[in-house]
Amino acid sequence: MRKTLLYSALILLSALFIAPFYWTFMTAIKSTAELYQFPPVFWPSEWHWENFAAAWNKQPFGTYLTNSLIVVVLSTIGQLISSSLVAYGFARFRFPGRDPLFILLLATMMIPWDVKMIPLYMEFNLLGWINTLKPLIVPAYFADAFFVFLLRQYIMTVPVEIDEAARMDGANAFDIYWRIHLPLMMPALVLVGTFHFMNAWNDYLGPLIFLNDQSKYTLTLGLSMFKGLHEVDVTSIAAITVILCLPPLALFFVAQRYIMDGAVGSSVKG
Amino acid sequence: MDMTYATAAAPTVAKRKRSAFARHIVAYLFISPWILGFLFFTLGPLVFSLTMSFYDWPVVGERTFVGLDNYRSMLFEDQQFWESLWITVKFAAIYVPFNIVMSFLLALMLHHIRFASGFFRTAFYLPSVISGVALVTIWSWIYSREYGLLNFMLSFVGIDGPNWLGDPNLAIIAIIIASLWGLGGTMLILLTGLKAIPKELYEAATVSGVPGWAQMVFITLPMLGPMLLFTFITSIISAFQQLTIALLLTKGGPLGSTYFFAMYIYDNAFKYFDMGYAAAGSWVMFIIVLLLSLGVMRWSAAWVYYEGEVRQNDGDGHA
Repeated sequence: MRKTLLYSALILLSALFIAPFYWTFMTAIKSTAELYQFPPVFWPSEWHWENFAAAWNKQPFGTYLTNSLIVVVLSTIGQLISSSLVAYGFARFRFPGRDPLFILLLATMMIPWDVKMIPLYMEFNLLGWINTLKPLIVPAYFADAFFVFLLRQYIMTVPVEIDEAARMDGANAFDIYWRIHLPLMMPALVLVGTFHFMNAWNDYLGPLIFLNDQSKYTLTLGLSMFKGLHEVDVTSIAAITVILCLPPLALFFVAQRYIMDGAVGSSVKG
Repeated sequence: MDMTYATAAAPTVAKRKRSAFARHIVAYLFISPWILGFLFFTLGPLVFSLTMSFYDWPVVGERTFVGLDNYRSMLFEDQQFWESLWITVKFAAIYVPFNIVMSFLLALMLHHIRFASGFFRTAFYLPSVISGVALVTIWSWIYSREYGLLNFMLSFVGIDGPNWLGDPNLAIIAIIIASLWGLGGTMLILLTGLKAIPKELYEAATVSGVPGWAQMVFITLPMLGPMLLFTFITSIISAFQQLTIALLLTKGGPLGSTYFFAMYIYDNAFKYFDMGYAAAGSWVMFIIVLLLSLGVMRWSAAWVYYEGEVRQNDGDGHA
């Protein structure tokens, strides 16, 4: 009985979250005639799969895809390594200035992007990085405050006794990070990797500011180009949106089992 | 390079000092990526923008030092500053509690089911996967007065749908709903936290006859403390930086009812090209958010419990 109630509520709520997505997909695949019909068409009479190819060919999306992939893959690797190292440092050591530094780290999360954007542009310009993918990749190798905080909270739920036992067995600080904490925080790392992937993949502002040539564009910039034209190309926007959603969605499907079934509590206990 | 910890063998005073020093070096090595990043990608730009806030700094042309003039005229002469700040505070006051409570309830529900849990988890996370540009496009279709999905649904129950994005009272609600649509990330973090609570705690409590509500208050909430604190602070931050949705969905209107503080800064920088004034505005926002977060952190000491916390008295050489 309670389960029935729970599932009814979940089905109703999840509909609210899925419906707009369904709507986007149907918009992408409808004929132009059905697009502007009222009442709205929920199940198109004809499925125009060619809308996707047509939208894709309206701009050099193959090039955009390559650029997006380079940025996302390289920056995710950097983010995972650097953020976990820093999180471990903050969670497991006492050193002069630790607490003020950690507050400083938290403070950096609260800096409005507006404050940094113009000066950052000038800095990257000085380095000759404007109109390259570097401004979108390199900063990821210097740890992100958000992810450090998340991973540090995670490490702090692991009893210190585990570290001490390893130290008794002769493990050094890096061993403990590498052999104990990295495996233990795998669920959190998958979470961080997934989040970063989404951020980098969906990032609009960064590419907009740092890239000039169309040959350097990422997918989101391409998508926004449709909005810049005199008339909004609804079908193409919807089609590219659907395509843009597929990789992060696929990643989430793979990752979610790992996140949820991960050995979060079980390996720590006992 | 010697990266080892202090050995367990009875240490002499000198040896203990040396190992403490070595440990400090190791600790700084671990956090060095962030320190370098902080210097080059945060502190540098920050100092620069702080400098700008004391100048009349147009994009082209002469810049002149004006001291605190930007701040003074913002606080005492600029009505738009106070209006946009008030709109942002209103937005945060509604968005933050809703975001956390709804995420928590959804996470709890998902935690208690087995069948199809993956499906529901994905369903709730789906909107967070969509890019900002796309999200706004979708919501403008939903809210559209005549062709909108929302008003079409309302017509079934006999309600003549209002002009969601054209009514000053409704537009901010429309933006809150669109923002809450992306709560999947918060929900996921809380769900990960719930899964990490050892089941033995609940089993022991149930055996001892502790009722369900008490298990919630004395086990779930305290154990989830660090995660709740985390989502609380990040929600406040994202609420204050709200820009993309409002910028693209309502452009600050109607009648300035969704003219957020971030948009006020954005306009000063990129519409009026008054970089110094915009920099001053961004520093005001920075300080407000910082004070709010520190307040929450201090308050949280009362209810956040860290199982693995390094206690005050077991560390070596804490200056």
